[in-house]
Amino acid sequence: MSALHPSFQIDSVSSPGKWRELLRDALFTFVLALIVFGPITGLQLKGLDFIANWQRPLWLASIVTLGRLLFLAALNTDWLKNRLQRSAIKRTQAATVQTAQEWKKWAAISAVAALVAFALPFVFLNNSYVMKSLLLAMIYVLLGLGLNIVVGLAGLLDLGFVAFYAVGAYFLALGAEHWGLGFWGALVLSPLLAATLGGLLGFTVLRTHGDYLAIVTLGFGEIIRLVLTNWLAVTGGPNGLPVPAPTFFGLEFSRLAKFGGTPFHEFMGWEYNTNMKFLFLYVVLFWVLALMIFWIYRLRIMPMGRAWEALREDEIACRSLGINPVVVKLSAFMMGAMTGGLAGVFFASYQGFVNPTSFTFFESALILAIVVLGGLGSIVGVIVAAFVLTLLPELLREFADFRILAFGILMVLMMIWRPRGLIRTRRPVFTVAES
Amino acid sequence: MTACQNLLTVRQLGMRFGGIQALSDVDFSIAAGSISALIGPNGAGKTTVFNCITGFYLPSTGSMELTLEGRSQDLGKLMSSGLFAGSHRIARIGIARTFQNIRLFREMTVLENLLVAQHHHLNHNLLAGFFRTRAYRTAEQAAIDNAISWLEVVSLRDCANRLAGTLPYGHQRRLEIARAMCTHPRLICLDEPAAGLNPHETEELAALIRQLRQDHAATVLLIEHDMGLVMAISDHIVVLDHGKVIAMGTAQAVASSPAVILAYLGVDESQNTKAAS
Repeated sequence: MSALHPSFQIDSVSSPGKWRELLRDALFTFVLALIVFGPITGLQLKGLDFIANWQRPLWLASIVTLGRLLFLAALNTDWLKNRLQRSAIKRTQAATVQTAQEWKKWAAISAVAALVAFALPFVFLNNSYVMKSLLLAMIYVLLGLGLNIVVGLAGLLDLGFVAFYAVGAYFLALGAEHWGLGFWGALVLSPLLAATLGGLLGFTVLRTHGDYLAIVTLGFGEIIRLVLTNWLAVTGGPNGLPVPAPTFFGLEFSRLAKFGGTPFHEFMGWEYNTNMKFLFLYVVLFWVLALMIFWIYRLRIMPMGRAWEALREDEIACRSLGINPVVVKLSAFMMGAMTGGLAGVFFASYQGFVNPTSFTFFESALILAIVVLGGLGSIVGVIVAAFVLTLLPELLREFADFRILAFGILMVLMMIWRPRGLIRTRRPVFTVAES
Repeated sequence: MTACQNLLTVRQLGMRFGGIQALSDVDFSIAAGSISALIGPNGAGKTTVFNCITGFYLPSTGSMELTLEGRSQDLGKLMSSGLFAGSHRIARIGIARTFQNIRLFREMTVLENLLVAQHHHLNHNLLAGFFRTRAYRTAEQAAIDNAISWLEVVSLRDCANRLAGTLPYGHQRRLEIARAMCTHPRLICLDEPAAGLNPHETEELAALIRQLRQDHAATVLLIEHDMGLVMAISDHIVVLDHGKVIAMGTAQAVASSPAVILAYLGVDESQNTKAAS
């Protein structure tokens, strides 16, 4: 702690040594900021000449220095000191054991959150933008939960998760084109297909460890994307493929029935509303997510989930206990792939068409960021992080150019303050009767 | 208990790492129901023998056989042949081990550590787990009960819901033994179980090891540098030096063996010159 904040230790503000310390710190910050901002903002390129713009870096450096001073002042308040100490203690301890009382509190909070999540789209039914953002956030929650199984629980760094997402999405698009597959059919079949693919990939690569596995999965993700881009005859290449609107008992969510059925709004006798499709997807996704969360919650206290976490903790110890690491890794990989495939179906239906640009490495990185930000292995953390990382860019549209920069800063700050993620995982408690 | 029956037979075991011959012609056997110790100076190859027996190394030459109920199984074959071959199969036929540097699942609770060890005795059906069927719950409860009874043996019951990584060192050692025992082993291999323990804890450990044999029908093989502990509890001692067995027998026989004294204490200068002349 003291290494991070050299001035943190000084208690009384009145001592002269303190002021000198503060002044030196401020000067140091100012010079450092000047060095950083000077070349970037001070020199404007015009043709082949530079225009010196010396006020700008000075202003920026002053702002940074002021911020630093405020930060130091805040650090001296008791409240922040206590917070920091507490987070320092928390940092050394990765997980906590959940007590019954905590569980009740969490259950209440999640129930309210679930209700709000369910009600939100009905409130914003006429606001297409909010509706789409919410739906996208929910899709990322699903993706985050899937990758959380692989990275957070089983400890396998997978950088090509987006491949399974793409498989799910293209399965619906191609299935609709060639075999008349609908939304519901894809919802059932695409997880199976993605899991099979995950199993095939897993079986060949899971003998590699750590960094090697990350590279292989990264390669796999890129292979899938390149195949989708270049196999023009089947995937349509960069032009992509259309995806039919989802149906509800044969009722289509489009203005005019394309497949000879009746549109939903006609059947109900309502005005046509474009958002109806998104609302429908949202509701289905909500229940899929609810099921998924329950499933992962159960998995964590099932032999399979326990084996995943044990494998993350120590593979050699696992082998000494008779657990076949390949089978355990494979199951985690397939389960994650399955979730990715499922999310792909929702994404394809949401967007109405698919093309390879939606499945770049950046998507994989974003999903990984969701898992890391949320806290490896934590369900609640992943949900919160998915909303933060998908809705925040929407809220900060004006700063769109700085999105990646902000993203990087956020990650650095997280690594410093909460390397274990926003919400630490909680271990299940077993009742042990008093002897 | 038939003392003469061998549980584990190691024949002509040789292990080569590139140019280094770590083990050569290691022959010994372990009687069922005995407490055996593997001792030797640092770098003698004790842990290499352990890693071969417990399936972490595939020996270059020689064979190892585990005899259970009159049926012998070749350990090397279990490790290397078949699609699902691997060291985990050694654990499944009844050889458990602990590690020199403790390998607990640090971020899981003490009880979860023991439940992972019973992985194969649990209901793996995912649907059964999802719906928590009666059979699933019965298997799970049996595993929890078994785990708790083991926690009582190593007196860690009060720590059941603590994270394994937060336990004191001595407790972690005991927990690791309990975890190995939860796999229902016939042979338990302890790699330096007394390392880092104080004299009082070492005494408790000796009592625990005896208890494993008496109450839980386990055969114990241990590597240990604490000679007090080794001499006090072992029926049979195998001494290794430079990858070869230099002495074997009861504690008294080994302690008075010239070869062992030579290996541990070295030869003084005068004897050396005498031997040379």
